[in-house]
Amino acid sequence: MKPNNFQTIYVMWLREMKRFLRAKSRVIGTLAMPFFFLLTMGFGLRTGFNLPGMPKSANYLDFLVPGIIGMTMLFTSIFTGISVLWDKEFGFLKEIMVAPVRRTDIVLGRIAGGVTTALIQGILILIISLFMGFTIVNPFGIILAFLFMFLIGVGFIGFGIAIASVMEDIQGFSLITQLIIFPTFLLSGALFPVTNFPGWLKPIAYINPLTYGVDGLRASLIGFSQFPLFLSLSILLIFGFLMIILGSYLFSKTEV
Amino acid sequence: MLAIEVKNLTKEFNGLKAVDNISFSVEEGEVFGLLGPNGAGKTTTIKMLATLLNPTKGEAKVWGFDVLKQRNEVRNSIGIVFQEPALDNRLTARENLDFHARLYGLDKKTREIRQKEVLTLVNLEDKADVLVENYSGGMQRRLEIARGLMHYPKVLFLDEPTLGLDPQTRRNIWDYIRELNRREKTTMILTTHYMEEADYLCQRIAIIDFGKIVALDAPQNLKNILGGDIISVEATPLDRAIVTFKKLPWVKKASIHEDFIDLSVEQGEKKIPLLVKIDQREERIEIRTINLRKPTLEDVFLHFTGKTIRETETSQAEKNKMRMKRRVRMR
Repeated sequence: MKPNNFQTIYVMWLREMKRFLRAKSRVIGTLAMPFFFLLTMGFGLRTGFNLPGMPKSANYLDFLVPGIIGMTMLFTSIFTGISVLWDKEFGFLKEIMVAPVRRTDIVLGRIAGGVTTALIQGILILIISLFMGFTIVNPFGIILAFLFMFLIGVGFIGFGIAIASVMEDIQGFSLITQLIIFPTFLLSGALFPVTNFPGWLKPIAYINPLTYGVDGLRASLIGFSQFPLFLSLSILLIFGFLMIILGSYLFSKTEV
Repeated sequence: MLAIEVKNLTKEFNGLKAVDNISFSVEEGEVFGLLGPNGAGKTTTIKMLATLLNPTKGEAKVWGFDVLKQRNEVRNSIGIVFQEPALDNRLTARENLDFHARLYGLDKKTREIRQKEVLTLVNLEDKADVLVENYSGGMQRRLEIARGLMHYPKVLFLDEPTLGLDPQTRRNIWDYIRELNRREKTTMILTTHYMEEADYLCQRIAIIDFGKIVALDAPQNLKNILGGDIISVEATPLDRAIVTFKKLPWVKKASIHEDFIDLSVEQGEKKIPLLVKIDQREERIEIRTINLRKPTLEDVFLHFTGKTIRETETSQAEKNKMRMKRRVRMR
């Protein structure tokens, strides 16, 4: 890598940070949905609620929090793709495309920026849940949890950029992502154990990358998981890597 | 050295030729204009030269680099000011410039020096730390010009640099453009559909219509083609009047345009009394108004394309209006 490659990634990241810090409404907007899920389901189903496939010792809140963190990462990440379309709409994409830099570095910079903002929001949800009574079993697990959050972010941001690169406008993007986001979220085991799904639904849950993200987060934070940690980690690494390649490829094809 | 070399360049969109087999070259340090109505292919040409669109056929070199094979070298040599704003509104002017400078690999010291220089050039140094969303249209355009110059480009593209600006701001932008061509010796290619703009700024002009270059020369030479002055006569009935005018030995060319007949003549001021006499003598035609003027690029355009630029424009203006409305609603 030449120094200029880092510079490109850095400057794309820096821009995203500045915009993030100046748009407070955006933070509140994207946090609202996971927060209400956490509040209603966490408090509503807390006492004595235990689903088959959940550890007997854990209450539902403990089970739910890693799922909601995964949800936060998913939502904020995919919507990073929207920034590509905003840039297209407001013309700034032309300024980026005409610059003498590698398209891959532009995508990597966007991912770096998106992951940082998504991590901040995921951590905010984690902090809120601590106040609601969520207990972290293993403090070192937090570091592992950050790694999982990071990987979920990279994968779905890459995915969001890939979709945004082939879409013409924001309405189309929103429609497509709504069709993808909710099934991905609901079929990830974020709210119920995947083992409870009927046989025909299970394969869909098993090809859903978020399933492994949520499972990894659970392993890290409450010490309970359905898949080996190594498997979840590998699948997310591969997913992230593929999405970076796909996102970069489709983004480089964009004509403005 | 040639700053730009274009050979048989063609761009098709779904089988429609937006740019049709054009060739031209631009000298180093020149201000070169592409003049034509909206949709004539000016922006498409610029985008191909700036590596944003791939040509369907033909080749183009910018500062000696091929726009298809040496994209990064081309990108490094050019600056571009787009027709529609391309700034990040949530950043300040300084941050926009800094973003740009880093993308072009300028080191910290150069960035700081250059930022001051370009902001001073466009008179924005006092507003450097204001968010761009609070800028007026003219200020945004000036900032974009400053940004285009940030990385010492060899060639600067200006796509409709004064579109939608008020006359005073337009005049200011013209002065900035002249000033920086003089001071930094930057080669400039500008597209415009304002005749006065092309006339005032460009050393040479290519008139482009339906994707083809119909004329290319210095503004004065283009005007000389028409020869002398133009007298516009409003007369009824038109068909009878033009037959009469064409018989006059001192009329070089007569053509009907809307309700007027344009006559190309030498020493127009001496011909007005002659026209008045014709009006008195000929009972079958009536001359209502006579208007004498020096030929403008508008007349040159009319001469080469058979219509004024405004006629080609009207339908396009409607489209733009719709587009603006949509954009406002999006916010």
